[in-house]
Amino acid sequence: MKHEQQHNPPMKYGMAIDLDKCTGCGACMVACMSENNVPFKTDESNKLDSITWIRVYKLTNGKSFPDTDICYLPRPCQHCEGHGGHSPCVSVCPATATDYSHETGIVSQIYTRCFGCRYCMAACPYHARYFNWWDPVWPDGMEKYLSPNVSPRMRGVVEKCSFCFHRYQQAKNKAYLNGERRVPEAAYQTACTQACPAGAIVFGDLNNPEHKVHQIVQPDPHNGNRSKNPRAFRLLERLGTNTKVYYLSSREWVRRAGDNYLAHETTGHVSKPHH
Amino acid sequence: MDSALIPKGVKRCPLWQFLLGLGIVGVVLAWGVYAMLLCWFKGLNQTNMNDYYGFALWIWADLAVIAVGGGAFFSGLLKYIIGKDELKYIINYAVLIGFICYSSALLILAIDIGQPLRGWFIFWHANVHSMLTEVAFCLSCYFSVLTIEYIPLILENRQIDRVPFFHNLSHNMHETMAVFAATGAFLSFFHQGSLGGVAGVLFGRPFSFREGLLIWPWTFFLFTWSAAAYGPCFTLLITWITEKVTRKKLVKDNVVELLAKISGWMIFTYTIAKIFDTTRWANITAPGLGQTLADFYTGTAMYGYWILFAEIVLGGLVPAIILISAPLRKNPVWRVTAIILAVMGVSLNRWVMVLQVMAVPVMPFDKWALYYPSWQEVATTILPVAYGIILIMISYRYLPIFPQEAELNPIDDEPAVVAEINTPADLEPAQA
Repeated sequence: MKHEQQHNPPMKYGMAIDLDKCTGCGACMVACMSENNVPFKTDESNKLDSITWIRVYKLTNGKSFPDTDICYLPRPCQHCEGHGGHSPCVSVCPATATDYSHETGIVSQIYTRCFGCRYCMAACPYHARYFNWWDPVWPDGMEKYLSPNVSPRMRGVVEKCSFCFHRYQQAKNKAYLNGERRVPEAAYQTACTQACPAGAIVFGDLNNPEHKVHQIVQPDPHNGNRSKNPRAFRLLERLGTNTKVYYLSSREWVRRAGDNYLAHETTGHVSKPHH
Repeated sequence: MDSALIPKGVKRCPLWQFLLGLGIVGVVLAWGVYAMLLCWFKGLNQTNMNDYYGFALWIWADLAVIAVGGGAFFSGLLKYIIGKDELKYIINYAVLIGFICYSSALLILAIDIGQPLRGWFIFWHANVHSMLTEVAFCLSCYFSVLTIEYIPLILENRQIDRVPFFHNLSHNMHETMAVFAATGAFLSFFHQGSLGGVAGVLFGRPFSFREGLLIWPWTFFLFTWSAAAYGPCFTLLITWITEKVTRKKLVKDNVVELLAKISGWMIFTYTIAKIFDTTRWANITAPGLGQTLADFYTGTAMYGYWILFAEIVLGGLVPAIILISAPLRKNPVWRVTAIILAVMGVSLNRWVMVLQVMAVPVMPFDKWALYYPSWQEVATTILPVAYGIILIMISYRYLPIFPQEAELNPIDDEPAVVAEINTPADLEPAQA
């Protein structure tokens, strides 16, 4: 089995989120918090210090009625690959408390090693990383509902979306016991993907042509993994973060909102970054 | 009561006055310690930092004290390696100020991290690709060097110096001080630089990101350069404040003017480099990432174009020109004005490279984030200032910090003591 696994090509788990389907219901956020034992406070109104591994942003086209249009954009950790795993946060963490897996493409967070310097948060342009300003306090009896597969985090460390990595571990174990060489697509799905009532989120291995996410995104490895799908774009693609979360929209203003453009630049056509 | 501990040939205020001063500053220190303990025991929820402002007031204070503390390494380099011998009359104070700055920086870092008991992970699980790792290693090593440089000064205390072992130890340490000065300059080059690299490598943040040479962004070199340039100004500023408080002339003008002149030229060349860097960043780097200068400086009044002007012109070109010009430099009012502007300029640069980096939105649909510190943050930031004042008070009272003090301030009513000032054994300060 070990010999067979060595011949498996590396996986690259990623997402395609269809913004034209997303209704902004927030089910993905709720499912994520529940699945991953994300702590919450009595008052969650200050979004600058509350933890939301996947956060739904509301975007508008800035026009008045009747031309006004809105879009909801769920933003999990983008699991940046950068250049060869040189993602913005992984490269700066001084204690190797966050790592890029070349086996799965997932950016991990090692809570027991993080000492809370928050450099990774400063490095992440997506604000996908959250600091535990408080110790988690669960309402009486709620401890029984916590997932036993995910360790709660203590005060003073950073946490973020892990693409429900514990589910991958379970699926991998199951695949091993079943004698399968690869984790089947359906065996490893994130909580947000399964919770989305509109089916806006598709998750899977971007390297595997049999996976739906690969078919939708059609990543081009010869062009920095950019999507060949004309509806697809990535957040802040020109920074060179090389993310694994792709967004889909038929609306040009939505695609343009995904990156910074100079006034004369057309959406999706930009110069390469200098680094 | 403590006259036996006071260096010969100099006069100090009465003990009660000294203790009263210590007590007043001690209250401020206690306030800061209380806030520090709150942060350690209750956590960083005592601050107003948030997920947008993971780096805030403390990190600015950290970078600022390290920048202005650069006077220690650069003065040491000038004195021991380049051979500017006149600086021996101010090097003790530069070392003491550097020691205070760097110990303060380490204390601030210890308060700033979310899990202080895991602080050693930065050494144990070191990620060699992280600029912060380089900062931690070089900062710790250089603090050790500063301690070694400060120890001989302590051994110069009248009573300690009477013990033959300490006298000889002090003498031998002075003999090897050039080695430590060189080591300090080497370490400083890297940790000052890597502090600049902390912001410069953030390729997800176009406001701070810079291209560079090999693995080092331009900010790496700019930070080292600016610390060497502005650090001596801080040494001169604290010297001037000490002179005002003690109402004594402590360092001769030729020494002050030499350091001011060197600092002026360093600031001038640094500012030219900074202008080149800003121009390139504004015209090539940022537009290449889809952003313009207006995106960074028109979002909020707090971070308008004024801050760019204040940093480069008021805190760069103006003090540089004043300090380079001999007539202006020799005029105490102009000189002190330039020194104050310079210290404010480098502090503003560190503010911009920490706080404004956090404030500028990167995602087009995100908003500017502003922040104000909590009282606990303010108190813990003032804590090192109080600690520094106390250490200076004690050192000034009991150690021969200023070699020219006795000569510049002869004690008329104690002729016997004045006569003794010609015996260098008692007064010879910590100098090679």
